[in-house]
Amino acid sequence: MQTRNLPTEELHNIVGAQNVREASADDAIEGVEPSLVVEPGTIGETSEVMKLASHEGLAVSTRGGGTKMGLGNPPRQVDLILSTLRMDEIIEHVPGDQIVRTQAGVKLEVLQESLAGSDQLLGIDPPEEGATVGGIVAANASGPRRLRYGTVRDLIIGIKVVLADGTVAKAGGKVVKNVAGYDLSKLFTGSLGTLGVIAEANFRLHPIRESARTVFVEVDDHGQIPEVAQAFTHSSFSQFVLDALEMRWENGRGVIAALFEGIEPAVEAQSSAATELLRSYGEVNVLTRDEGDEFWDSFARRPWATGDVALKIGAPPADLTAVLDSVLGAAERAGVEARLSGHAGTGVTFAGLSGGDDGLVDVVEEVREIRVRRGGSVVVQEAPLSIKARLDVWGPTGDYLGLTRRVKEKFDPGYTMNPGRFLGGI
Amino acid sequence: MDRGQLIETMQEILGPEGVIHKHEELRTYECDGLMNYRVIPDLVVLPESAEQVQQIVKTCYDEGLPFVARGSGTGLSGGALPVESGVLIVLTRMRRILEVDIPNGRVVVEPGVINVWVSQEVAGEGYYYAPDPASQVVSSIGGNLAENSGGVHCLKYGFTTNHVMGAEVVLPDGSVVHIGGGKSPDAPGYELLGAFVGSEGTLGIATKITLRILRQPEAVRTLLAAFKDTEEAGGAVSGIIGGGILPAAIEMMDALTIQAVEKQVSPGFPEAGAILIVELDGPEAEVANQFEQVKKVCEDNNASEIRVAEDDEERALFWKGRKAAFGAMGSISNDYYVQDGVVPRTELGATLKKIAELSEEYGLRVANVFHAGDGNLHPLVLYDNDTPGEAEKAEELAAEIVFACLEHGGSLTGEHGIGRDKMKYMPQMFTAEDMDVMQLLRCAFDPHRICNPGKIFPTPRLCGERPGPFHMHPVQKAGLAENF
Repeated sequence: MQTRNLPTEELHNIVGAQNVREASADDAIEGVEPSLVVEPGTIGETSEVMKLASHEGLAVSTRGGGTKMGLGNPPRQVDLILSTLRMDEIIEHVPGDQIVRTQAGVKLEVLQESLAGSDQLLGIDPPEEGATVGGIVAANASGPRRLRYGTVRDLIIGIKVVLADGTVAKAGGKVVKNVAGYDLSKLFTGSLGTLGVIAEANFRLHPIRESARTVFVEVDDHGQIPEVAQAFTHSSFSQFVLDALEMRWENGRGVIAALFEGIEPAVEAQSSAATELLRSYGEVNVLTRDEGDEFWDSFARRPWATGDVALKIGAPPADLTAVLDSVLGAAERAGVEARLSGHAGTGVTFAGLSGGDDGLVDVVEEVREIRVRRGGSVVVQEAPLSIKARLDVWGPTGDYLGLTRRVKEKFDPGYTMNPGRFLGGI
Repeated sequence: MDRGQLIETMQEILGPEGVIHKHEELRTYECDGLMNYRVIPDLVVLPESAEQVQQIVKTCYDEGLPFVARGSGTGLSGGALPVESGVLIVLTRMRRILEVDIPNGRVVVEPGVINVWVSQEVAGEGYYYAPDPASQVVSSIGGNLAENSGGVHCLKYGFTTNHVMGAEVVLPDGSVVHIGGGKSPDAPGYELLGAFVGSEGTLGIATKITLRILRQPEAVRTLLAAFKDTEEAGGAVSGIIGGGILPAAIEMMDALTIQAVEKQVSPGFPEAGAILIVELDGPEAEVANQFEQVKKVCEDNNASEIRVAEDDEERALFWKGRKAAFGAMGSISNDYYVQDGVVPRTELGATLKKIAELSEEYGLRVANVFHAGDGNLHPLVLYDNDTPGEAEKAEELAAEIVFACLEHGGSLTGEHGIGRDKMKYMPQMFTAEDMDVMQLLRCAFDPHRICNPGKIFPTPRLCGERPGPFHMHPVQKAGLAENF
């Protein structure tokens, strides 16, 4: 429990007493309990809260929808949770310019629904329900459609942040093409709340395509998944025709699925060609848009449950065979159950592992050793604390850790923001 | 270390051919593509390897010498303008394509590799490198990375930053880091690569660059449409984008530009108040369908003529006319100033009207050629250097134009960069706090401010270490810089 004196009254004065509450056990981050949850309603209030927290030496963790609280090391200290949920305004959506400016606390579902009214979408689709725009940027979350639209870094065009000392700054703007000044929107992407509070983000949008078709096939040999993925990647279905190419593997069976979106004749032509390509692997299923929406809701889910060790593996796309072999091989040897899913077109694979602690640690270390040697990464997304105590959740960071630390210490010299959760204990 | 010793040290690293120190030879490097700023560097060095770059930078760091990296020198904002009493590191001898990895869709190159070579290298396999700045036959990948170069096709495919997947970087202290995953996605940590690309050579020197290559599209179709004026052409642009179509490119030229281009390269463009070139690419079925829609939108906006490129040759002719636009100004004016500004697409009409008013007010002609799809304007201010005061007037008019872009919610620059040229305008777009926070990044990479100093930010900041007792730096005491 915290013993320090909390400036509760000052916080009341800044955000209003109704927006400060005592933290409960549900607010704990990896076993570390904060004292208070503060919900500022404006950037000005956020700035005042940060100024006060820095001055008092309090550690602050920013929280949006709270879908990524299991990511990272347990924090060294948390005094305040700064919730962005009251900053939930879609500030400006200009359909003609295909851009949107939003506050950080806007939930992705709410944003997408609003944009859909103008037949537009933000091309970011992580599967976690309730995630906010700010949290998605901070965690660099992505989903199946990254094959077509890229990830946060490719779609974010501007940002407004509040630093630990209360400084408010913006970078970028509301035009897609813009090279004025440093691109801090990208720097803050994936920074997990360690550089400052993301208060607003601006994005490039895309039109919703008129037609969609999902094509999938079941396989019983995991070696067939990379084969299909390579065939798709190097066929005429270039990345601007194919929206997603995803895989799942559990209990000795797998599915590989492709999503095509575009105008009807193109979707029809491409899905027919894909069906031809897949026929030699098994029975090919073709789904319409409505059927597809239901299919993707469950298919895009991460392959883990609470209590599992959850991994995100980054590897060259053509190494998918080696990735699947190493995870499934190591799991079998360690007596661990492994379920896999992934963005087969872009080289991101997710693994959900369950079993005894020793076996789990062995699997992570073995898979990581191979991936890191090939220039990739294995990051633990979620794990029981007993496992986190035995593993570096981020893995080796190569030669850029020193630079990373210098960046951190320029933006947040007092280690006020989310201390300890990031790589290298930053 | 005096100059003689420095030359000797550099010669030890590079051999005698790798060091240029004679005044008359140094003059070759006094400016980049923006010729109204000229500075003769103290020394020019031409490394052939990453190790040599590292040794050069380490020497500069130890001696507290400023250095500037330069590729082909085609930049239009003075980003590669040398620093007096500094070293210019020219990367044109680092021109190897190190690896082509088709299964992973990646090519690894040295910074001096020319943009168009990458596409040439992988064309036989059915691939290409998407960013295509007009300078692509001469500009280098390292320079493209520094400036986050765009090009006519970035409307659909994005900018250099969306296609650079990894870089080996020599930091200003001579250490080497590898940022971005290269072939592996989602490297953990801050998006250092995203921050580095487009930093205009102020954060370090990229010595190996991993690029993403794309499959060549199944079909490409291009049309040219003539309109009465830029307003009607602008209406067609809105109609195309509003119809949910994302063309590979939409370019616009106004009457003055058409006239100049016709004089210079005779592409046979129709006489018109404005011309649009629209290119679609993708799967055959989609391109064929949307091409008909684009034609209809042009007709609905009173296009007086629509020409469809029947083959690659005719397509090349359309693009030849467009890509020659800057240079062609020489045929109708002694001198011209190339501006680069951005407005939201929906503000194009209002901004063009404002430019016309300003042109009249200043009594100088302005030709407009631009990437209409993404609101990136390139107004060309025509003037005569021999008429006293006209150059200053042209620069003032060009500044007014870019301020008009800001008033309409846009940006100071879409692809040419801030460099030396526009740093004085930065406070029009960013607050002091915004720029201070940006410079925190600079301080993390280059605490001694020796890497391409005097660019981007109008007020240099010292990178004081905090926390700790506060000492005022002599430069700060003299009011020459602010500490933070």
